[in-house]
Amino acid sequence: MTAYLDHAATSPLRPEALEAMLPWLAGRHGNSTGVHGPARRARQAVEEARDEVAALLGCSAREVVFTSGGTEADNLAVAGRTGSLVCSAIEHHAVLDPVVAAGGWTIPVSSEGAVEVDAIPPGADFVSVMAVNNETGVCQPLAAVRAAAPDAVFHTDAVQAAPWVDVAEVAACADLVSVSAHKFGGPQGVGALIVREGVPVTALLRGGGQERERRSGTHNVAGIVGFATALRLAADRATANERLALLRDRLVDGLVASVPGTRETGDRARKVPGICSLVFDGIEGEALLVLLDREGIAASAASSCASGAVDPSHVLMAMGVDRALAFGSLRLSLGWDTTEAEVDQALAVVPAAVQQLRRHAA
Amino acid sequence: MNVLVAMSGGVDSSVAAALLLEAGHDVTGVTMRLWGGESDSGCCSVSDVDDARRVAQQLGVDHFVFNFADEFIAGVVEPYVAAHEAGLTPNPCVACNHVIKFDRLFRRAEALGFDAVATGHHARVVAEGGRWRLRRAADGAKDQSYVLHMLDQATLARTLLPVGELTKAEVRDRAAALGLRTAAKPDSQEVCFIRKGGRQGFLADRLAFTPGRVVDRAGEHLGDVPAVELVTIGQRRGLGLEGGTAPRYAMSVDIASATVVVGGPEDLLVESIAMGDLTWVDGPVRGDVLAQCSAHGVPRAAIFGDGTLQFAVPSRRVAPGQTVALYRGDDVLGGGIAV
Repeated sequence: MTAYLDHAATSPLRPEALEAMLPWLAGRHGNSTGVHGPARRARQAVEEARDEVAALLGCSAREVVFTSGGTEADNLAVAGRTGSLVCSAIEHHAVLDPVVAAGGWTIPVSSEGAVEVDAIPPGADFVSVMAVNNETGVCQPLAAVRAAAPDAVFHTDAVQAAPWVDVAEVAACADLVSVSAHKFGGPQGVGALIVREGVPVTALLRGGGQERERRSGTHNVAGIVGFATALRLAADRATANERLALLRDRLVDGLVASVPGTRETGDRARKVPGICSLVFDGIEGEALLVLLDREGIAASAASSCASGAVDPSHVLMAMGVDRALAFGSLRLSLGWDTTEAEVDQALAVVPAAVQQLRRHAA
Repeated sequence: MNVLVAMSGGVDSSVAAALLLEAGHDVTGVTMRLWGGESDSGCCSVSDVDDARRVAQQLGVDHFVFNFADEFIAGVVEPYVAAHEAGLTPNPCVACNHVIKFDRLFRRAEALGFDAVATGHHARVVAEGGRWRLRRAADGAKDQSYVLHMLDQATLARTLLPVGELTKAEVRDRAAALGLRTAAKPDSQEVCFIRKGGRQGFLADRLAFTPGRVVDRAGEHLGDVPAVELVTIGQRRGLGLEGGTAPRYAMSVDIASATVVVGGPEDLLVESIAMGDLTWVDGPVRGDVLAQCSAHGVPRAAIFGDGTLQFAVPSRRVAPGQTVALYRGDDVLGGGIAV
């Protein structure tokens, strides 16, 4: 059995989302911009999904821009911004890279993984701080960020927040909010950027003028329908969060107790339930992942590059973890279908794997 | 056996993986990411990782990417630059085998529980009388045993070089027969981390060149070079010399005084050289050897002992820093660095 503990990378598609998508993958085939009946039905499906997404994310339907996912939403939020741009040092590269490319710079974080709000420069024109960090699971103080930069255009990448917290509430203070469907049981390849009324965006894709000129391109109807369905299911989160927080605590506490030289990264009190983020002394996360894979555990190191190699995590290094230790990271992330048995399997396998690697490192 | 095969994305290592699979081994592929610099050309570019991964998928074996970039920079690139700075002529491929493939990767493989590591090198590992021998490849023209001379008994015991018994043409035929996407891929050339701007451009970004004087053996000033660090022993062109005379070659480079001494072809000949950093395949050897002094150099008859290589007949100088591999017949005995 494979214990799938990589929900923060991608979460399995919820059966209800698949069910909702199927008619739009086989049978129904209208282009939502057309005139005829099939097209009108596709458009209706997109608009009903948009209404649902808007209601769940706390915005109006007009403020929802469907995208190909979180990366596009993040890039769209940053595109065309001028003046003084800042983002936290622990942003996903989908924010970090465009901000830096636009001449922006980064705000430091504490050793516990929370952004240093005091370091936000007064007069910043654009500020981007994620709602929940993807490596540590630490929730960021968005209201305080807003208060520190009342006049800035404020973007929050809520991609890792959406499975766990009420984005409508947490991101109410942001002008732009990114989400991605596959992090909470929707399909890959679809997401959204919430653009509050009056906040300008510069389209990355021009053409047919979909999404009120903010994102051209034929709608991914099945994806959008699956997105809305998964988000609705994820919104019923109280019981699941409680269950997964207990499982996560058992996992983290169990590993810290059974593997000497293990440290949890980030302040657990500020974390979303499903993320177990650890660093182990004296081992390489890259090697650990291979051993875990061979033992049927699907996990991640903090971050991977496109080639599949593991880089030292920029998030952990921003938190002051030294480079060698930042190579020894492991992220086990739980999600909607995680079972107790999967956590038990990790508790049984990880300590032995770490010991094996340490034996050879000595 | 549980074998980890280093797959560069080239045809040799692709076929190596296929042969191991055919032989019944439990095969896992790995591609090392060594260099993400601006060259991104040789064994570690994303496109090569993609090729390796696709071949692994085709063969149905697991494939991983290991990031050894830090070690590659510290163990191969920086020493390469430092050697030039010291007026030496380094061989970074030898360093990479020594430090990365047959050390870093080996240790990783061992930690992960693999019994052996395989590569696509053209050379042969042969068990004989309870000892391991490293032997030239079946395809003499493609033989790479020179860059593997540092392998010792412990390493050879866990090394598989499956394509060493095949000619390059046979390797390509096998790849084509298996439908591997790398079958017609050109051989990699030159130093993998250098591309744009060549060696000179690469080094210009990393060290300050010293303009130097070119003199003859009597000390007469004959010309100037913009960078003594780029002059290689035996070099004839690019020394800023006037034409119309007998050919003259760089005989020695002295970085401290920024002086290149040139001489005629006869001055290039020496009777012996000193060797350092010696390694042995199966313990130290003295006496008659064949010495190969560059990657594709013709072996020279010599007598080795006490760190000195005495050529059977006066022989061309070897640039300090160059690898010298010692053979007896086709067997690699060991090797070292020309001092």
